Amino acid sequence: MNVFDIIGPIMVGPSSSHTAGAARIGKVARKLLGDELQEVRIQFHGSFAHTYKGHGTDRAIVGGLLGFEPDDLRIKTSLEIAAGLGLAIVFEKVQLREAHPNTVVIKMRGGSGKALSVIGSSIGGGNIVIKQIDDLKVEIYGEYYTLAVVHQDTPGMVAKVTGLLAKNSINIARMNLYRSRRGGEALMIIELDQRVPSRAIKSIANLECVISVRHLEPTKRLGGE
Amino acid sequence: MVHIDSLQVLADIAKERQENISDVILIEQARENEESADEVLKKMSANLKVMKEAVKDGMALDVKSESGLSGGNARKYQQAVLAGKTLGTGMLDSVIMRALAVAEINASMGRIVAAPTAGSCGIIPAVCLTLMEDKRISEKKVVMGLFTAAGIGMVIAKNASISGAEGGCQAECGSASAMAAAAAVEMCGGSPHMVIQACGIALKNLLGLVCDPVAGLVEVPCIKRNTIGAVNALAAANMALAGIESVIPPDEVIMAMKSIGDLMPGVLKETAEGGLAATPTGKRLEKEIYGIK
Repeated sequence: MNVFDIIGPIMVGPSSSHTAGAARIGKVARKLLGDELQEVRIQFHGSFAHTYKGHGTDRAIVGGLLGFEPDDLRIKTSLEIAAGLGLAIVFEKVQLREAHPNTVVIKMRGGSGKALSVIGSSIGGGNIVIKQIDDLKVEIYGEYYTLAVVHQDTPGMVAKVTGLLAKNSINIARMNLYRSRRGGEALMIIELDQRVPSRAIKSIANLECVISVRHLEPTKRLGGE
Repeated sequence: MVHIDSLQVLADIAKERQENISDVILIEQARENEESADEVLKKMSANLKVMKEAVKDGMALDVKSESGLSGGNARKYQQAVLAGKTLGTGMLDSVIMRALAVAEINASMGRIVAAPTAGSCGIIPAVCLTLMEDKRISEKKVVMGLFTAAGIGMVIAKNASISGAEGGCQAECGSASAMAAAAAVEMCGGSPHMVIQACGIALKNLLGLVCDPVAGLVEVPCIKRNTIGAVNALAAANMALAGIESVIPPDEVIMAMKSIGDLMPGVLKETAEGGLAATPTGKRLEKEIYGIK
């Protein structure tokens, strides 16, 4: 445990789970899209659906989508800022099966036409978990530098990607593989102790059978950082 | 971290090293982070800075929450104190005013430091900043007080809970009050033993407090509960500084809080289905806020 989990984080109120955590989910979702955001459909489930207006969960998610950290005061006016940028936003309430009470589905469409759907839950104290990316069930906590590599499901991909990380002296904290079907599209989620330099990201992206690479900064900000 | 799994262990380590509890926590955190003590201190100073700004912002005229349920009472209280309309209780007035200010700024989507949670974020700044001003305690000492508070909070989180959804309001405002009392005692020169006694007394006084927020929002009764957490912290700190002890040892008080939290029905744990949330007015406000007919 960390003292800054107890006295901290610095955040925009009123709720660590319904506001700070929501902003973090938005931020990770936007990073996963990796494109300029044009349209977004935000679907609230459970307690999020019930109280999102009073807790500013809507503003926090949109703030996160705009790249704001959970302590950024612009979260309060994020809806107005998004409107000014021409971002089309729809809010809806949904009932998901077997989902955490604080869950949101974020369906995004980017400037280049790319669409991505992300499901995330705010699991307490501002901590989050991304549960699904499009059809793939995942588990991303966003506490580490994270690489999300979409690739063809073919032998040797893990060795190639981790080999490049090793060459750059980057240590892996946790790693998971997901795929929709054998030989189809697969997703590698690698949580790392160090930031991945852009040239290493480029060389991973240039590997045969790699479709896309996203690099996520840790979203948890401690006091003073 | 060395194994700090109880308040007694924490006080014993501090006594053995002839240090304050804050020193123990600071050194251990620096070791864990592989950072210098100065770097860790700097981060805590940043927290104190945000606490100060939150008090200042909370006194502004235009504080209003999204729901419209709260805002403006810190300002109102300040005006009343200045006009001599309150009982004139000095430091008590100051902590009430500051606790209101921070809790209101939280409800209005302003910036705060969760301490330990957003719902209880007014208590520690109210007590620490008031002592800083009234007792002319140095900023460095106040920052160290936040480490003491954090150390106490870590033990409570480990052995019970600091989440209203898990343990009711006793776990949020109760814990914050215990943490603030501990910080206050250390800042005023009390021994590690007195620090944990203050923590035990403060927590004991708020045992059983349920989490029953109207419309599920961190406003009613949370904001005013922050004032009682702050006032209670002063009472507990004063008693501990006077040498008064908690008859039930502080670690056993934490155990009691855990067991009370476990026994507490779900409707009284942040679900907005019981207590004040379920009163006729609570229900009416909920319907108005969410536009339900």
